[in-house]
Amino acid sequence: MSAVAVPTSASDRMSYWRLVTVLAAATLVMAALSLAVGYARLDLFAALGDWLAGRQSLPALVLVELRLPRAILGALVGFSLGLTGAAMQGLLRNPLAEPGIVGISSAAAFGAVTVFYSGFAGAFALALPLGGIAGALLAVLLLFALNGRGAGTMTLILAGVAINSFAGAMTSLALNLAPNPYAALEIVFWLMGSLADRSLIHVWLVLPLMLVGWVLLLSCAPALDGLTLGEDTARSLGFDLTWLRVRLIGGAALAVGSAVAVTGAIGFVGLVVPHLLRPLVGHRPGRLLLVSGFGGAILLLAADTMLRLMPIRPELKLGVVTALIGAPFLFSLIQRLRREA
Amino acid sequence: MRIEAKGIAIAFDGKPILAGIDLALRPGELVGLIGANGAGKTTLLRILADLLPPASGTVLYDGTSARKLARRALAQRLAFLAQGGSVQWQMRAEAVVALGRLPHRRPFADLTAADKAAISNAFTATDASAFRERSLDSLSGGERMRVLLARALAVEAEMLLADEPLVGLDPRHQLEAMALFRRIAANGTGVVVVLHDLSLAGRFCDRLVLLDGGRILADGPPADVLDDGNLARAFGIEVARGNRDGENFVLPWQALGHGETGR
Repeated sequence: MSAVAVPTSASDRMSYWRLVTVLAAATLVMAALSLAVGYARLDLFAALGDWLAGRQSLPALVLVELRLPRAILGALVGFSLGLTGAAMQGLLRNPLAEPGIVGISSAAAFGAVTVFYSGFAGAFALALPLGGIAGALLAVLLLFALNGRGAGTMTLILAGVAINSFAGAMTSLALNLAPNPYAALEIVFWLMGSLADRSLIHVWLVLPLMLVGWVLLLSCAPALDGLTLGEDTARSLGFDLTWLRVRLIGGAALAVGSAVAVTGAIGFVGLVVPHLLRPLVGHRPGRLLLVSGFGGAILLLAADTMLRLMPIRPELKLGVVTALIGAPFLFSLIQRLRREA
Repeated sequence: MRIEAKGIAIAFDGKPILAGIDLALRPGELVGLIGANGAGKTTLLRILADLLPPASGTVLYDGTSARKLARRALAQRLAFLAQGGSVQWQMRAEAVVALGRLPHRRPFADLTAADKAAISNAFTATDASAFRERSLDSLSGGERMRVLLARALAVEAEMLLADEPLVGLDPRHQLEAMALFRRIAANGTGVVVVLHDLSLAGRFCDRLVLLDGGRILADGPPADVLDDGNLARAFGIEVARGNRDGENFVLPWQALGHGETGR
């Protein structure tokens, strides 16, 4: 027996933090790559020098006005999607759960589409994301109103289904009643999700919301571990599940609601990333959170960098690319699960 | 810790599940909760563990109602083992058993020496150390049940409520689990187990509580509870009785009204 090296919990914990560090470093590398890639040739160091020196040169403007917001938003949105996906899967104890399952993403999309439709979008730059955030908030209020106190996970899923289909129908209605084909096309394109042409203002708008959302979601880690053995066991371990649901839904609304509000709907990241990384953390739902956040950031930055390197113009929408990568991956995952079963 | 339930009643969809339950659970006592399917055993156990609020009646923990206790404080003192043993994510056995320490740990803090000792002791007690490093999906049903039992033991609570902890265990491990419950009780912990095996219940428990149709039909020493009248009424069975080395035992023999035996 003594010949077998038994990994102790200390080395277990160390390998977890090593994994987090590696993924965080990879996120930084991907963000740097995203900065370096673009349609215009850019001497990054010269641009950075100009910017730091306060010179309003063209390279500095390209860097700060175009590349930097794109890279930062890619990381923020990817992190939000990966983290929320892992948290939702933990809460619902279902590997097929994704950030949008409780209806927050589609409600945020509907909020933004309403702004589009009403014509406010042209009035000022932040109207669109603010509309999205309002939609997400509305969905959360509706969720809590529908669930009331002490309602279970099943009610939550059903309420999510209802909100999803309602918001989807209203979005279709807006397209249906669009004043002209161009307006409809604009809405459709926005819905596909993209990081193009966003500015630092968008970053400052969503960053605080996302940070609060992340903290709320990460605080759920111990309770999600406890939930592994079912709701009764989790409660017997001292966790208040109503409070857990409030924190998790609130965190998801802040993180994903604001993500959808600035970039449109980007699917598959929140579903696929937790799946991919789960074996690396010993299937522990609490540890999956942070790791999935970084994984989501890496995947989204990689997809966004790839679509700019592809010789297709106009550039593909990010939501389309993540779905194109995600779907075959999901097929292979199903295949593997079937073999294991 | 003493648990006192007074006047407990609950109904689901208008159908009464429990009515007029008065029950006191003491430290150092191994109590077997027995009764036919649907008699209300699981519901009663969940109410005793503060997982389900009764429609009427009160449950007091050392004289205090759960509403006045912090859930975490209660979680440190009362361990609950759920029926069926579903585990969603295929974690390693060690990580599962470590979940039992959650009520004692500061969030995000590392396992302390006390935590590690409790986990190791729980593995040893359930004879599960051999698969400590294995993932739960690679274990058999009985092995998994032993890991889940170890999880509940790792809480090191003053009161352990276990819902059918013997399901899936082979005869040897059933006997060992009952002996383990008796040892834990002898060390001062209150233990309540829902059981279907009347032989084991009669031999190992200090006291049996027999539920029938949501009411307590009998509550007392096994010899008194397992009398022919009670068994006929609660289960509709006849038992064979025997004695080995001065110890009485019962063996379910035939369903009443059928006259069929094993032959």
